[in-house]
Amino acid sequence: MSQQVTRGAVDKSIDGTVKYLDDRLSTSGFIKRNIKKVFPDHWSFMLGEIALYSFIILLLSGVYLTFFYKPSLVEIVYDGSYLPLKGIKMSEAYASTLEISFDVRGGLLMRQVHHWGALLFVAAITVHLLRVFFTGAFRKPRELNWVIGVGLLVLAILEGFAGYSLPDDLLSGTGLRIASGIALAIPVVGTYVSFLVFGGEFPGLDFIPRLYTIHVLLVPGIMLALITAHLMMVWYQKHTQYPGPGRTNENVVGYPLMPVYMAKAGGFFFIVFGFLVLVSGLVTINPIWKYGPYMPDQVTAGSQPDWYIGWLDGGTRIMPNWEITVPGMFTLSPNILIPAVVVPGIMFTLLALYPWIEQWITGDKRIHHILERPRNNPNRTALGVMSLVFYGFLWISGGNDIIAQMLNLSINDMTRVIRVLIFITPPIAFVITKRICLSLQHKDRERLLHGDPTGRLLRLPNGEFIEVHEPLSDEVKAILLARTELPMLTPPAEVDANGVKTPNLWVKKLQHRLNRWWYVDQVPMPTAAELTAAKAHTLHELEDAQERGIEIAKDLPSPTKSH
Amino acid sequence: MSNSNHDDIQNEVVPATQSETQVNLPKSELPVHVLRRADVDPIAAARAERQVAIMFLLSAVFTVLAVVSFFAIPVDLYIRVPGPGVTSASNFALGITLGLAIFLIGTGAIHWARKLMPDDEVVQSRHGYSSSREIRESVMQEIRIGGEESGFTSRKIVRRSLLTAIAVLPLPAVILALDFGPLPQNELRETLWKKGVRLVTDPTGRYLRPEDFSVGSLVSAHPENLKEWEEENHNLNARAKTSILVVRMTPEQLRTSQGEGWDYQGIIAYSKICTHVGCPIALYEHRTHHLLCPCHQSTFDLADSGNVVFGPAARRLPQLPLGVDEEGYLVALSDFQEPVGPSFWERG
Repeated sequence: MSQQVTRGAVDKSIDGTVKYLDDRLSTSGFIKRNIKKVFPDHWSFMLGEIALYSFIILLLSGVYLTFFYKPSLVEIVYDGSYLPLKGIKMSEAYASTLEISFDVRGGLLMRQVHHWGALLFVAAITVHLLRVFFTGAFRKPRELNWVIGVGLLVLAILEGFAGYSLPDDLLSGTGLRIASGIALAIPVVGTYVSFLVFGGEFPGLDFIPRLYTIHVLLVPGIMLALITAHLMMVWYQKHTQYPGPGRTNENVVGYPLMPVYMAKAGGFFFIVFGFLVLVSGLVTINPIWKYGPYMPDQVTAGSQPDWYIGWLDGGTRIMPNWEITVPGMFTLSPNILIPAVVVPGIMFTLLALYPWIEQWITGDKRIHHILERPRNNPNRTALGVMSLVFYGFLWISGGNDIIAQMLNLSINDMTRVIRVLIFITPPIAFVITKRICLSLQHKDRERLLHGDPTGRLLRLPNGEFIEVHEPLSDEVKAILLARTELPMLTPPAEVDANGVKTPNLWVKKLQHRLNRWWYVDQVPMPTAAELTAAKAHTLHELEDAQERGIEIAKDLPSPTKSH
Repeated sequence: MSNSNHDDIQNEVVPATQSETQVNLPKSELPVHVLRRADVDPIAAARAERQVAIMFLLSAVFTVLAVVSFFAIPVDLYIRVPGPGVTSASNFALGITLGLAIFLIGTGAIHWARKLMPDDEVVQSRHGYSSSREIRESVMQEIRIGGEESGFTSRKIVRRSLLTAIAVLPLPAVILALDFGPLPQNELRETLWKKGVRLVTDPTGRYLRPEDFSVGSLVSAHPENLKEWEEENHNLNARAKTSILVVRMTPEQLRTSQGEGWDYQGIIAYSKICTHVGCPIALYEHRTHHLLCPCHQSTFDLADSGNVVFGPAARRLPQLPLGVDEEGYLVALSDFQEPVGPSFWERG
């Protein structure tokens, strides 16, 4: 009885709200279309969610930090509660960060949530990007969202570096000194760039207030806009799904937004948030009080940037010391420009353009909503692994001093070896990955044609031994058959029907050649005839087994019945 | 699956030439929905309900504990915790309680969704993105007509003048940026060192005498006028350039110098700022006289004119010519003879 009364009250308030909003904003149409929107379920789809939730947590914890942090390089004498630094001259920025860490209840926790959150944010973006890359989720119609994602990655790295620099501790100041050195290396205008960015000579008094505006307003503002666009595109285009039974390019299979996805996604936000708070309570990150205030004539051994800057720092470390000087005229510093500007520039450009590069080679203009298993696109997968190996060497070089010390190696030898390995190993990784993918394709073909081996041997009347294979389940079959094969491009004609020479013939020839290379080793999918024949063969085997009273598998339908 | 399996495989495999969006997916159906225990067993459902409720209630308990620890634990109390070691008690308690309070809401909600909310998979069809041909063509048409109506295509002079105006408009933005800082003058080539400026230790500000140096000892030093300059200018710009390392070697050890008579009885001074990207160089190895930059491992040989022996730095460290004044204190004989720190375009 009482339950009914409450239900009536809830209903009334729901009806009232829906009516109120609809009368003013005609929201019901939109809600009706979306409230039962289906999202496919897979653990790898949560990577982007982690990135999104980290961003929200960063906004929350970041706003809190701004209430205490002073973006100022004015020099003061520290008089806070951290005794080892008492009486030391430092900037207000550093002193206020110490205050947050030692004098504000919950301040250290929020600072650590912010720092751990930033590390998780970039990590989640990176792994999410890899998932999207290796499953081909960036293919038409999602190329534009891929570019937004790459933009967000670049901004996240910049934002992280800016935030890392704000406490004005010895470690972050060293990072900025390196940034100013890189700015100075820019040809022709480098000195001007450095002077304008830092408001004069390094370090000056301007960079902290400037970085602060960039860190709390400019970059997060752009990121917020891009994330909104990113999500709206996912929403409108509907999420991709992995191949499986009942899943086609024309449907989306999963759970409805209301109530399941709301509960799961909402709950997952709390899990990410709770996890970050727990880690921040237990594990110290960036203990700026141990580094001391920034002094341009001091440094700590084993200076390390945050993980996502490591690859840039690593490239700068292993680069040979090439410099070109024309006395009395100019100095050009490829030793700095190549690892800090040229290589990252090329890497991010290739990354952003990848969907179009692949599309140009494959000629694939189809719409894709079913994700590709990495093995089914061996060249893409191999290119991805090859790039990761290259990135990996840059990244470990960012910690080469620490690695050399731990492994008791000579840092000079280690640097020399990596200089060679970073060029030799990526192509090897490419070949190995491609071969593995093709082998897996062979295996898939075998499974489709012959089913899975059961390990049971059968002796035929003629004395021959065979191993009995059991047919694949519908689910496995659906996954294995979900591979799409595209015809190769036809070679470009030298002249058209009217005898006019084809414009840009060499470009088209290159495209054709790359297209051939892309597809030439692809293991062909079984044809319909092959599948039917194989099926008949398997059934025959099963019948044979049945006749001899051998049970192949319990849950299999009797082969005679299915005839 | 209504049809027998092997019949529809034939239909499933689409020939290699495919229509635009077609994929050779089997027309298989969703796997049969398996009921969960909580769907059929009211006791299991009640248990799941209880578990969810316990998580939510525990979360509330931890929230209360978080509030209590905020007030009860002084911010300057440090405790030893197995694992993290000595740590701020307040941070530790707040992290655990608040973390669990938040985390448990998440696990509760997900447990609820997984055990008690409907778990049958739903199929929705996708929509195409392309608008109809008519709509597309009418949009192209509208844009063309709009362009014509505006005269943007036909009125060349209007169009070109507008493009010109827009092309030059960014100029003020560039000009405004010119006042982001003073433009470079001679700052990258000059430091506070000059003839007769004494060397002082940092931060004690003690003058240095040759007798202070035994062979092999290394001291970080500054010009005596730095303190005064910093009190006047309130920034660290001069410090970022003037810092030097002073070391004493025996005449046999000291193979070359950058200038004749730039050492004083084996005492030499080099800029502490790396010529790569400007980190202070701090790691000195007495046996080899090598100086290693901790940032990118550029290595310089102080016994051999500060030349680069390893790493990404391309230039030797600038040497400061040393002597003593009439009172016997170490002084600079001049400023550095080449710019200290990272290379820059105009350096030449």
